[in-house]
Amino acid sequence: MFHFSNFVRTEGDPKIVEGGPSLKRPADQLARALGWFSIGLGLVEFLAPRRVTETLGMEGHETMVRAFGVREILAGIMSLSVDKNAGLWARVGGDGLDAAALLSGLTPDNPKKGNIALALLMVGGIAMLDYRAAQDTKPRRPPRDARRKLYPNRSGFPKGIENARTAAKQIAAHPKA
Amino acid sequence: MKALVWHGKEDIRCDTVTDPEIQDPRDAIIKVTSCAICGSDLHLFHNFIPGMMPGDIMGHETMGEVVEVGSGIDGKLKKGDRIVVPFTIICGECDQCKRGNFSVCETTNRKRHLADKVFGHTTAGLFGYTHLTGGYPGGQAEYLRVPYADATHIKVPAGIPDEQLLFLSDIFPTGWQAAVQCDIEPTDTVAIWGCGPVGQMAIRSAILLGANQVIAIDCLPERLSMAEAGGATTINFETESVLERLKELTDGKGPEKCIDCVGMESHVMASLPDTLLDRAKQMVMAESDRPHVLREMIYVCRPGGVISVAGVYSGLSDMLPMGAFMNKGLTMRTGQTHVNRWTDDLLRRIEEGEIDPSFVITHTVPLEQGPEMYQVFRDKRDSCVKVVLRP
Repeated sequence: MFHFSNFVRTEGDPKIVEGGPSLKRPADQLARALGWFSIGLGLVEFLAPRRVTETLGMEGHETMVRAFGVREILAGIMSLSVDKNAGLWARVGGDGLDAAALLSGLTPDNPKKGNIALALLMVGGIAMLDYRAAQDTKPRRPPRDARRKLYPNRSGFPKGIENARTAAKQIAAHPKA
Repeated sequence: MKALVWHGKEDIRCDTVTDPEIQDPRDAIIKVTSCAICGSDLHLFHNFIPGMMPGDIMGHETMGEVVEVGSGIDGKLKKGDRIVVPFTIICGECDQCKRGNFSVCETTNRKRHLADKVFGHTTAGLFGYTHLTGGYPGGQAEYLRVPYADATHIKVPAGIPDEQLLFLSDIFPTGWQAAVQCDIEPTDTVAIWGCGPVGQMAIRSAILLGANQVIAIDCLPERLSMAEAGGATTINFETESVLERLKELTDGKGPEKCIDCVGMESHVMASLPDTLLDRAKQMVMAESDRPHVLREMIYVCRPGGVISVAGVYSGLSDMLPMGAFMNKGLTMRTGQTHVNRWTDDLLRRIEEGEIDPSFVITHTVPLEQGPEMYQVFRDKRDSCVKVVLRP
C-alpha cells in the first residue's frame, strides 16, 4: 500500500522505505468488513426489496425490508466510524430483528421456507461475528470511577500564582506609555 | 529516518522513510530533538479533517538543531543553531506576514488551489496538517525540512531545556493568542471551555493578562486539577450544569470573555441532545464539526462580550444561535495562531521565569512509541494530558 502512496509524494519529500507495524487489531479489520457488508446488504434491501421478499416467500413485506435496509446502512456507517463499537452493537440488535422477521415467515405454507432457514443460519453466523467484534472493540477509555492521577502542583508559574496575578495587576495599573 | 506516518483512520505507524532534502535555497534541515502530539493531531487521527493521504508524516510541534541550510538563508540561520519550529510556515515578505497575520501567509501553501476552493482564500502552509495546507511533511520524525526557514523559526538559547521551549511551536502561543483576542480587562471573568493542553495555556495566559476570575470547564479530573493548580475555578460539566454554575460565579451576568479550546470534536453526552445529533450528522458527512461549545458560549456570554475560538473547526457547523449572537452584540475572534507575532514576548517570559510551560507534560516517550501514545492520548488513559516524543 505504501508503495502506492509514494507515487503521490511531492518530489523531494520523504518516501516510505519500510513500513512499521500497525496497531490495528484483527477486531478492527473485522469491524470494517462487517461495516461494508452492512452497507452492501442495506443497499440491496433498500433498492430491491421485492427481490428479497420473493426469495424468502414473504411478499407484501417490502416496506419492512426497505426499513431494515436503512437500518443496515446506518449501522454500517457507524461501524466504519470512530464509534465502531456502537455500530457493531447496533448490528447485534439488528440481527435480532432480522431473526424475528425471518421466523415470522417460517410458516408451513411458505414454499420458500428452505431459503428462510438458510437465511436464518446466515443471520446466526453473522450475529456471532458481530457480537465477537463488538466485544473486542470495546472503547479502551478508563471507566468513570477509575482512579486517576491528579496534578494539583502543576501551576506552571515558577514564582507562584499570586506573583503572576500581582505582576499582571501592576502592568494593568501602569500600562506602557 | 524514523517518522510517524498517517496510513488511514486510527492508523499511524512508525515507518522508516527517506531523509528530507533541501528543495529550495530558503530551506533548512533540522535534527529533531523533541516533538509533541497536539490535540489537533487527533482530528487527523480520526480523519475528521479532509485532505490527509497515506504516507503523510504527522506532527507540527517540533524543535531541534539545524544541520543543513540552503544557499538562500542569508546568514539568518547556521548549522548548530537551536530552533523551535512554528507550526505555521511563513515567508515573512507577503502583505499578510508584514501585518503580522502569519497564519494566513499568502505564499507558503504549495497547494493553495485546494485552500482557495475550500476556504475562499489560501492560508499559510502548515507542517503535517493535510494537503489543504500544503501537504508538508511533519515533525514527528528524526529530521525535518523547514521551508522558508529564514523566516519560519524561533531561535532559542542554550541552557533552557527543550520541555520549556517546545510549546512555543504551537500550544503556548495558541493559548496566549486566544486570551489576547479577548482584550481582557482587570474586572473580567474569562470562561475557558476545554482543559487540554491549549486550554491549560489559555488559563495561564488569562492570569498573566490580568483576568479577575478564570473559570475552566472540562470533565476529566486530572485536567481539572491542573486547571485549578493554574489558578482557575473549575466546572465539571458531567456533574454540574455549566449554565447554572457560570451564572452563580458571575452574579447572574455571565462571563465577559469566553474561550473555546475544544473545537470540532466536542464531548458527546446523552444529556446534551445537540451533541448526539451533531455526531450522527458528522457520521453521515452531513456536518463536519460538532459546535456544542460555540452554542453554549454564545448563550452564556455576557452581552457585549467577546468569544475567542482557539479550537480547530474544519468545515460546516449547524444550528449556531446567530440570533443570540447578533442581539447580544457579541464579538467573535478566531484563527490559527500567528505564532511568530507572540514568541519574542513569550520566550522572554520563559527566560525570566514568569512561566514554565513544561508543567503540562505528563508523558515523555521515544518516537517509536508514538503510535501507541496517539491511542493513550485519545482515550485519556493513564491521566494523559500532553505527550512529548524523543526521536
